[in-house]
Amino acid sequence: MTMTMGQPAPDVTASRTPLVKLTGVKKHFPITRGIIFQKRIGQVHAVDGVDLEVYPGETVGLVGETGCGKSTTARLITKLMDVTEGTVEFDGHDITRMSRKEMQPVRRDMQMVFQDPYASLNPRKPVGTIIAEPMAIHGTVPKEKRRREVQDLMQRVGLNPEHYNRYPHEFSGGQRQRVGVARALALRPRLIVADEPVSALDVSVQAQVLNLLEDLQDEFNLTYIFIAHDLSVVKHMSDRVAVMYLGRVVEVAPGEVLYKNAKHPYTGALLSAVPIPDPKLAQSRKRIVLEGDVPSPINPPSGCRFHPRCPNAQLPKCSTDDPELTPHRPGQLAACHFPLPDRAVITEEAEVKAEETRKQVVRRVRSTGEPKPGATRTRRTPRKP
Amino acid sequence: MAEPLLDVRNLTVHFPTDDGLVKAVDGVSFTIEPRETLGVVGESGSGKSVSFLTVMGLINKKQARITGEILFQGRDLLTMSDDELRKIRGDKIAMIFQDPLTALNPVHRVGAQIVEAIQAHREITEDEAMKIAVEMLRRVGIPQPDERARQYPHEFSGGMRQRAMIAMALSLDPDMLIADEPTTALDVTVQAQILDLIDRLKEEFNTAVVMITHDLGVVAEHTDRVNVMYAGKVVETGSRDDIYYNAEHPYTWGLLQSISRLDEKQDRLRPIKGSPPSLIHVPPGCSFHPRCPYVMDICRTQVPELVAEDYPHANACHISLEEKQRIFASIMARQ
Repeated sequence: MTMTMGQPAPDVTASRTPLVKLTGVKKHFPITRGIIFQKRIGQVHAVDGVDLEVYPGETVGLVGETGCGKSTTARLITKLMDVTEGTVEFDGHDITRMSRKEMQPVRRDMQMVFQDPYASLNPRKPVGTIIAEPMAIHGTVPKEKRRREVQDLMQRVGLNPEHYNRYPHEFSGGQRQRVGVARALALRPRLIVADEPVSALDVSVQAQVLNLLEDLQDEFNLTYIFIAHDLSVVKHMSDRVAVMYLGRVVEVAPGEVLYKNAKHPYTGALLSAVPIPDPKLAQSRKRIVLEGDVPSPINPPSGCRFHPRCPNAQLPKCSTDDPELTPHRPGQLAACHFPLPDRAVITEEAEVKAEETRKQVVRRVRSTGEPKPGATRTRRTPRKP
Repeated sequence: MAEPLLDVRNLTVHFPTDDGLVKAVDGVSFTIEPRETLGVVGESGSGKSVSFLTVMGLINKKQARITGEILFQGRDLLTMSDDELRKIRGDKIAMIFQDPLTALNPVHRVGAQIVEAIQAHREITEDEAMKIAVEMLRRVGIPQPDERARQYPHEFSGGMRQRAMIAMALSLDPDMLIADEPTTALDVTVQAQILDLIDRLKEEFNTAVVMITHDLGVVAEHTDRVNVMYAGKVVETGSRDDIYYNAEHPYTWGLLQSISRLDEKQDRLRPIKGSPPSLIHVPPGCSFHPRCPYVMDICRTQVPELVAEDYPHANACHISLEEKQRIFASIMARQ
């Protein structure tokens, strides 16, 4: 694969070199049979040809359903796994074949935040020790200064520094995720890969952690790769969103462009399936309903991987020709032979209608809702038995 | 109006534990009319699941203190014997759960499990029951239902398993289906398929549906009426449009403002401060007051009642209705 994916969004200057560059990255997991002589009987094509460039200071979102390869991609970028094929570059250096020892100074610049704040913190260590551990391993902060540094970090992520000696179980889910974020910041990295950082949290707490991540990005000049299955969260956080399906990136675009003018039918299907908390808009959007489930990544479909579920598929082209990512708008690339028209899911009428309803509410309430002097509450219980 | 299908009156479910009394459900009253869809939203620990597990009689009475009344078609489920309850559960009220893999028995074929459910309530032969089971699998959109009925749950995908659960739940044509986070474990495109299926079958079977979820988006699209729960209480109840376009409780406002929305360009999310309270040490007065940006003195001491200020839209908040409408209008205008 030679195409380069990801023209940066207009606000990211194209002249800069990417911080992360994936070229034709593949990761195949072998499927074996037998205990002693493990015979290879097939392979899972978890990531199957991903090109991606991430520029300093931007947030790139990876979104897709279970098994699309988004988490594997994250682990390949941070080299927690080795690629099967292709190259991973970090800050202009090819890290694909680096040894553990060579990787250590690079790792200082790239950290991860994981999904499950219950599983990713050692329950036997106080959080102060957990946050200090990267500093100890990399020797970035001398021992006597570590405590201060950790408490400073705890303050910045919104934890009480006095809770330095507490254990993870004494914290709520949201607080634990803050500990995970503090640990990721301990080395002052340049890149943070966040793999589903809020999906284990309650709705009201999710927003707190998302806001924190945004603040820290400005404060520490961070680049984020933000992975989630929730398109609304990804769109909110990211400058550019990459949609993945069965180990491939099928579309990349700035969030707003994606929302209004998605080109790939799979993106369209995601957009029409994401529940929108606005009854009027939800009812008036167009639906692209997908049949069936995601096929197995062991034997991905020929041609376009999406063609067996695609409502627009035209045979035989879609089942034989593998579409490449091609540009549509500035910063938008989609891999589809028969892309969707503009405004295919959220029509302008739907948006106008939803906006009108909202304005009506404001007007109605403003006109009737002036506090009347001496107004008392009517005490009526909903359905008196 | 005709008698409601389900009338829950002042239900409390408290669990005594070594650490103290867990007030999982604390004085909840609501009704469900035949054929309507009630959405129940709340965060983990709000009591939304426990209240409906109690309706199903799935809370062990030895481990919980349950008071109040649960009138189903006029009869109190809480005073019924186990035998009487067993006749209603599964037959008149059915429930589907978040994780269909743990709800289905892994060592029995899917068809056989549906047959078992049917035969527990109907005096029919196994062959007849199997015919119903296969027909149900077909109606929930499972291709080749004959073959699928002979397969085991692990041979089904997540979405197919949830379809099989729905087939089992509806095989006895219940009057009410309780769906407890039915799509939380599923991907969005599959979630949309399952929710559409529930909508369609609800019409075909004339069933009332309770949709328990934490997702305000799911509620916006698939319910008629909504109960918002917080710390074991219903804090707001109203029609779907009441909740989205006329919300009257600070917690509901908080939820609506804190979620990331696909349909809006938000510079910054407005989270609810703090985290949900422990159910052992529920804050005095209004349990939401430590997190409420509009808190007043009265909120710290007096528990607000659920009052229908513009019937049947009701809320449990001390702020005056006019003030609440003013605040909500400014929230809507800001968005």
